[in-house]
Amino acid sequence: MDFGKIVTIAISMVFINNFILSKFLGLCPFLGVSKQTKPAVSMGVAVIFVMVCSSIITWILYTFVLIPLRLEYLRTITFILVIAAFVQFVEMVIRKYSPSLYRALGIYLPLITTNCAVLGVTLLNADSFFQGQARIASFVYSTSQAFFGGAGFLLALILMSGIREHFELTDIPESMQGVPIAFIVASLMSLAFMGFGGFKF
Amino acid sequence: MKKLAHELIKGIAKENPTFGLILGLCPTLAVSTSLVNALGMGAAATFVLIGSNGIISSLRSFIPGRIRLPAFIVIIATFVTICELAMKAYFPALDRSLGIFVPLIVVNCIIMARAEAYASKHPVMPSLFDGLGMGIGFTLGLSTIALLRELFGAGSIAGFKLPVTFEPVTVMILAPGALLTLGLLIAGTNIIRKGKGMQPLKKKGCC
Repeated sequence: MDFGKIVTIAISMVFINNFILSKFLGLCPFLGVSKQTKPAVSMGVAVIFVMVCSSIITWILYTFVLIPLRLEYLRTITFILVIAAFVQFVEMVIRKYSPSLYRALGIYLPLITTNCAVLGVTLLNADSFFQGQARIASFVYSTSQAFFGGAGFLLALILMSGIREHFELTDIPESMQGVPIAFIVASLMSLAFMGFGGFKF
Repeated sequence: MKKLAHELIKGIAKENPTFGLILGLCPTLAVSTSLVNALGMGAAATFVLIGSNGIISSLRSFIPGRIRLPAFIVIIATFVTICELAMKAYFPALDRSLGIFVPLIVVNCIIMARAEAYASKHPVMPSLFDGLGMGIGFTLGLSTIALLRELFGAGSIAGFKLPVTFEPVTVMILAPGALLTLGLLIAGTNIIRKGKGMQPLKKKGCC
């Protein structure tokens, strides 16, 4: 295991390969929940939490169940079921024990199940880190990839919501209102983020 | 027969997943770098849609209402796995360029939405045609974006260079080009819809 590699993963996931702006994973919540900053932050935090937990659970399942039984080809089915069940479970727990947290985060949880960023990060982990590494290293790398992927998601969501709050005051052409202008702004943000592509390690 | 044709046309024109419902955006943007990729992705999604619609509608009276969503996910994921393995075996180059977006068909909202809204309530034959129509509609939406991006970004159509040469706008085949193309196309759709007296497009619900 190598600390430098974790830093590389962090910078790559937050800036260079940002989940939303360069990989197009998780566009739905990006468009749906970015109208105001406060819900955007709650959504981003919920996504980080679900991504890290799903990544840990899928790592355990892949390493201790799927590989010993040589069932690696079932990973898509296993991962999506585990993620869906986990999100449902978290929603029930939060609703029971913390109604205030549920009001803040709970309504976003069902949206997260169909968020391709969550399944996407587990599949990326499986492709790049789950095999051919020492166990500890593979676990740490994949967890940090999930955490920083979520952090990049949160960053893009906050930036976007800050811009969209200003839409209220601007005179946008009628055919551009709503979804189209959001895409154009996202495109400009993505262009700006491409500048980070020059980072070399 | 007329009803089946209606199911087929609906997905292609009025309820087109990309330009009518704004569903399934992540794969639409990510794999539309070239026409060949777009057609490959469209074919894969169409296969999954037809398969899952068929199975779900034939099992619709056996699946208990409360656990229908997990059941749908398992059925959809089965077809996606079939598709993934077949693609790895027969089209390895396409599989490499589509990457994780082949397994991510599982979370493509078009498929779940058709299962929930149509296949779980209608008989097998209309469901199959609904799946086929939606699949073709998705492929058309995807290919339109891919065609424009490849044309401007690489100066070629489906890999063939155009006879007229110009400096390609490389940014069009990169990430910002995808968002820009889709934004402008949806704005164009809004103008057409306004001409017909319809509401502008709204993003609703999931993906």
